[in-house]
Amino acid sequence: VQALQPALIIYPQVDDQNITKSSPPSEGSLQSRNSLLGTSFWRDERFLRIAAQAIFVIVVVGVLWFAINTMLTALESRGLSPNMQFWSQEAGFPINETTILDYDPTRPFWYAFVIGILNTLRVSILGVVLATVLGVIIAVMRLSTNWLISHIALAYIEFHRNIPLLVYLFIWFFAASSLPAVRESIIWPGPIILNQRGLYAAWPILAEGGVLFLIVLGIGFLASVIAWFGLRYIEEISGTRTFKWLVSLAILLVAGVIGWFLSGGQPILIDIPILGGFNYTGGLRLTPSFVALILGLVLYTAAFIAEVVRAGIQAVNRGQVEAGLAIGLGKYQTLNLVVFPQAMRVIIPPLISQFLNLTKNTSLAVAIGYFDVFFVGRTIINQAGRAIEVFIMIMAVYLIISLFISLILNWYNRRIQFATR
Amino acid sequence: MRKNLFSSWFDGILTVVGVLIILFIVWTVGDWMINQANWAPVLDFPLLYLVGQYPRDQLWRVGLTLWTTSFLFGMSWGNWGNLLRTFALALGIFLGAMALYPTLSESFTLNIRLALLLNPLLIYLGYLLGKRSFISGRIVLVLWLLSAVLTIILLSGLGGQNGLSPVLVAGMVGLVTIYIGYSIARHLFAAGRTILVVLFSFLFAIGVAFLVFLALGQIESTGVLPGVGTTLWGGLLVTMLLAVVGIVVSFPFGVALALGRRSDLPAVRVVSTAFIELVRGVPLVTILFMFSIILALFLPAESRLDRLMRALIAMIFFSSAYMAENVRGGLQAIPPGQEEAAQALGLPNWQITLRIVLPQALRLVIPAIVGQFITLFKDTTLAIIVGIGEILFIGRSIINSNPKFVQHQMEVFFFIAVIFWIFSYVLSSSSRQLESQLGVGER
Repeated sequence: VQALQPALIIYPQVDDQNITKSSPPSEGSLQSRNSLLGTSFWRDERFLRIAAQAIFVIVVVGVLWFAINTMLTALESRGLSPNMQFWSQEAGFPINETTILDYDPTRPFWYAFVIGILNTLRVSILGVVLATVLGVIIAVMRLSTNWLISHIALAYIEFHRNIPLLVYLFIWFFAASSLPAVRESIIWPGPIILNQRGLYAAWPILAEGGVLFLIVLGIGFLASVIAWFGLRYIEEISGTRTFKWLVSLAILLVAGVIGWFLSGGQPILIDIPILGGFNYTGGLRLTPSFVALILGLVLYTAAFIAEVVRAGIQAVNRGQVEAGLAIGLGKYQTLNLVVFPQAMRVIIPPLISQFLNLTKNTSLAVAIGYFDVFFVGRTIINQAGRAIEVFIMIMAVYLIISLFISLILNWYNRRIQFATR
Repeated sequence: MRKNLFSSWFDGILTVVGVLIILFIVWTVGDWMINQANWAPVLDFPLLYLVGQYPRDQLWRVGLTLWTTSFLFGMSWGNWGNLLRTFALALGIFLGAMALYPTLSESFTLNIRLALLLNPLLIYLGYLLGKRSFISGRIVLVLWLLSAVLTIILLSGLGGQNGLSPVLVAGMVGLVTIYIGYSIARHLFAAGRTILVVLFSFLFAIGVAFLVFLALGQIESTGVLPGVGTTLWGGLLVTMLLAVVGIVVSFPFGVALALGRRSDLPAVRVVSTAFIELVRGVPLVTILFMFSIILALFLPAESRLDRLMRALIAMIFFSSAYMAENVRGGLQAIPPGQEEAAQALGLPNWQITLRIVLPQALRLVIPAIVGQFITLFKDTTLAIIVGIGEILFIGRSIINSNPKFVQHQMEVFFFIAVIFWIFSYVLSSSSRQLESQLGVGER
């Protein structure tokens, strides 16, 4: 070892880190050199890496431990040591809007929280679907060759992109709550009834035997989907036309008719809201908060989605369209087979983040009194005085929803990226 | 005209429908604005919208910070060329227009109007000065840092229960002057005298901090700058404060997190990634709420932070994660050849990151950061949920203060929306200019 020391003097400035960085495969040779030269351990890169990480982890864990410890002591001194028992206590606060499940104030806290989750999901799913549809329509308008239409879309986009969502939601909420009183309701054909207390509309409900009808229809739907894919497979193999759309539609229709007769002729009733006493009863009822939240979120997010879609479509080279037309595809076919698949690759990643934004923005419901998971959680905190436990649950719900959306869309993204290359 | 509007019968119908829609909207909104709206809740309280409850006899302090900011924006515009032109001009026009606020309110005195009207002039003077060749970018940067400290001192005031303690301020000034001392020392001493340079900059900073401490003690005893608690701050002042502090302070954190996420040390990478994804996965409202309620539990009882401070920390926390993702985008855009070339030259890792990769990456992400600033600026309205007196909060309190205004909420929201719209639109259009000047899109 002593004899080899001069080697160190010849290469004094060569930093070990740089060598590994630029040529990872030479790790082995570097190690042998290190051991040969007997490098001091504080110059050994392997040691330094581990030491740096150890210090980093110790600092992070230390800070977290300190914070959590202070919190636990503070909570204990107030007699609020974390536990999850309180979830089964009676909630005692009303929720004016429910889906699927029924609710009344005698239910436990956890049940109220579940209602909150369902309400968040309802707004998110409906919002994402509607915002996508509207966004695509506005993007198409923006790309229109008609100057006026294109600039109306531009004005729409610029208006929405530059104002805060919360102000916009307040505007819609104020508009929804300054509708006329129940007696002077605005009645649109349908009937759709608008008044101070919300929006009422005709809504289908299941009659006796309705479940049977739905089951038969569901089986028919499955059969028609299987038939469609089967026929497409045959089409791809043999190259003959199989009328897959016609066949699967026919299967669905037949299933519907069979179900209709099995259920006794009247499976689904239309429930029409009727003015009785002080309010309308029956049918679909949406609170002003819900209407304002959905309208605000959809109109706002649609502007952002429109920009995403427009950028995606414009990213497709014009030569692609010309080539499509040149090989004899129709205008629709060019759009469907050439432009769209390529545009999707550009559109999907930013679209994912818009969907996530919309989902996270549903939490603004708290400002206009819609009982989403955040508002319910906050009410539980006020009622039970359990901030930490409820808060962890709220965060977990949002994280799971976000994760779920990105997983699905990332999977879809990978699929189309693969399919088109 | 024919080609643009009436190229086919379908196009013609679309055009006609479009014209009808525009006429309908213009008619409805115009009719509402002129005949139905009652603009009293907007017009009668100009000072509330601008500064909230800030003591009326101390308004000169807000005015002074506004002047320094305007002047420095002018200087930056002169110094950095046209990059800031749109924004500086728009700021001047906006503040000048504010002077003409059509109000009968007596609190909005002639002096305030004149003070606002002075801003465009100061921007122009700053521009003229900034154009001079002896003003370097470094000087402008130092002036910005000093003006930040000055702003904090002026707005909070000194001593008392609500003001800052002179020791704290002197410490802040000292931190800023270390950099000035370092710049001077680099000129004074020959290269390689690292110890001398470090010693000089520290001694310089300590000296300046001590002088500042003495001066502040004098000022405090005269009572010229009484402390003003943050509960009195409000309106556009707080909105701007939340947005600007949020973006500026989150910048170093964002860079650190972005580098951490790309680090080849697994522990650092995992922690950075976990932080970024965790924060990006939840809404801002939950983070604001968490800091307003739970931060008090996490910290020892002695270190109580006031409400505005907690909201600021929440903003920084939230913004850092998004900043990290923006910076990471820039880092990924740097071709690996740059790093390899630096390695070939024998630069150590930290110098490669600091001198080669980061300067190029940060230049690329400026437009993205402006975009993030716009989002954050709009998101400051969410602070209303934890009771911070920003402009939307002020608007709602005005509505609730008088039963007559309850029917006229729309006017207030419309006014606030217009203010946000103007700022965001100017920012986004200057960001677009910036993008084309930096040539980001073309790479």
